Amino acid sequence: MSEQTTRLESIRALIAAHKRWDLVFATVGVLALMVGVLTFVALFAQMMIDGGPRLSWDFFTNFPSRKPDQAGILSAWVGSTLVMIVTAATAVPLGVGAGVYLEEYAPKNWMTDLIEINVTNLAGVPSIVYGLLALGLFVYGFGFGQSILTAGLTLGLLILPVVIVATREAIRSIPAVIREGAYALGATKWQTTSHHILPYSTAGIMTGVIIGMARAIGETAPVITIGALTFIAFLPAAPLSGDPPAGLFDWVMSPFTVMPIQMFNWTSRPEAAFHQNAAAAGLVLVLMTLSMNALAIYIRYRLRKTIKW
Amino acid sequence: MTSLSQANRIEALPDTFVSDRLARRKLRHVQERIIEFVLFLAACVSVATTLGIVVILLTESFVFFQQVSLWDFLTDNQWTPLFADAHYGILPLLSGTLVSSMVALLVAIPLGTIIAIYLSEFAPFTVREVAKPFLELLSGIPTIVYGYFALLFVTPLLQKLIPGLPGFNLLSAGIVMGIMIIPTVSSVSEDAMRAVPMALREGSYAMGATRFQTAIRVVTPAAFSGIAAAYILGISRAVGETMILAVAAGMQPNLTWNPLEPAATITAYIVQVALGDLPHGSIGYQTIFAAGLTLALMTLFFNVLGHMLRRRYRQAY
Repeated sequence: MSEQTTRLESIRALIAAHKRWDLVFATVGVLALMVGVLTFVALFAQMMIDGGPRLSWDFFTNFPSRKPDQAGILSAWVGSTLVMIVTAATAVPLGVGAGVYLEEYAPKNWMTDLIEINVTNLAGVPSIVYGLLALGLFVYGFGFGQSILTAGLTLGLLILPVVIVATREAIRSIPAVIREGAYALGATKWQTTSHHILPYSTAGIMTGVIIGMARAIGETAPVITIGALTFIAFLPAAPLSGDPPAGLFDWVMSPFTVMPIQMFNWTSRPEAAFHQNAAAAGLVLVLMTLSMNALAIYIRYRLRKTIKW
Repeated sequence: MTSLSQANRIEALPDTFVSDRLARRKLRHVQERIIEFVLFLAACVSVATTLGIVVILLTESFVFFQQVSLWDFLTDNQWTPLFADAHYGILPLLSGTLVSSMVALLVAIPLGTIIAIYLSEFAPFTVREVAKPFLELLSGIPTIVYGYFALLFVTPLLQKLIPGLPGFNLLSAGIVMGIMIIPTVSSVSEDAMRAVPMALREGSYAMGATRFQTAIRVVTPAAFSGIAAAYILGISRAVGETMILAVAAGMQPNLTWNPLEPAATITAYIVQVALGDLPHGSIGYQTIFAAGLTLALMTLFFNVLGHMLRRRYRQAY
């Protein structure tokens, strides 16, 4: 009798010990997550404390300067915006087109397989290698120079896989019934695609485009590699301004700088005052990328909740 | 009678009506083919990008290797292409890349794996719903911001723990890089673990195993190839990372295996040259393509390996 009780108790002790391990691991898991959270908090706090006081209207409307307290990010944010326009104009049509082709049109053959494998591999190429491609091809091969056009095309190619994958996933989630319905009414393939497939997958494609753009706006390495200047104290000529008037698209050939490069330039200087500028620029950059990412996550969340085919 | 009148009516239709519709259909057919071709061209741009990368890296490196022998490139232990006494040994850059990646992986692999197991097997639904987008946000922060953080926050912190640590060092850059890679490792591993069929877990629970035992002895081994693919993706990201190292690890090539020293990586060297004003076609200009080729080959190797592993785990169930 007593032997039985002790055996029962030893089994209970064993179970309790095993359950304790469950608890230990769950705690370790939360702690591991906390490392991420704490890093994020520390990063944000450091930039807020260091760069927060520098954020003022002047910071956005001043050119970079040798005097840290007068320096601003005007040329950087204008440059970033213009580069992003070229990037979007490159990546959206090409990425969506490629995604539609692969999902709706592509026959099952070696060419399609090649394109698919290629897209997967491109997503893993380090961004600086795109910079080298752009340096050899766009800057010297095509003679675009160190211009907004070169940077926009480079970043456009860089985020192409993101847009293609998002487009394909969005299209794949549309049920076949929709296509069959359109075909049954005599629609051609393109009519089906342009009237049904594309409108229904717009939200999904948008998430991919936004995530891609958020990545592109923070990319530094490829833009430095093409030889973008770090000190720019003028803006590209606005269309039709000046004398003689600038053409509508003259700005694409203009030299430029972007936000991350401006931040890199300030970070790599020894003076602490410039580090504050770097922190302020970083804060602006992080807020931009975070809000873009948050928007994408929100759209995806809404999509999952509202669409029930 | 009715069929006759119908036949009459069809005959009565003007000829242009039918041929017009036929012509429109034909035009539409041509249009469809044109659109398909244009979309095909868009899909080909990605292949052209890869070809462009390969061609540019190979042709520029070819010119480089006409002046520097491959043997010197691989065995010389100095990298001083911009000095009068020029040496072109990739080893110092390679050691910087490997040491910093190693530090990053020592951070990212344990933490990423624990987070993946926790999120996949332990976490309540709400925690997972909050944690996953948060990790995604963490991976969306620009790397230059991480570089700033490594140089001006982590390094001073480490200097208090390790007296005599130089302002530029591989350790702080590596740690921050590791934290940056955690989301990559954890999300791919978690996907692999969630792909493990529920029946395996239920079997394990039915035998009286606890959550922890099930996670470690059943789910993790079953998802192993997917987890390995996640690690390899992490390695490939660490090797190709640029700005954190360019900012926080210094840009001085240094053949060392000690993470407490400053050193340049392949990527940091490319940035350093690009910041200067090197004439197109000079040997200094070509060195960055040779360095880039080395980098591209390394990441290609890891990517192919990861791809093969992932394909294996996909076929398992």
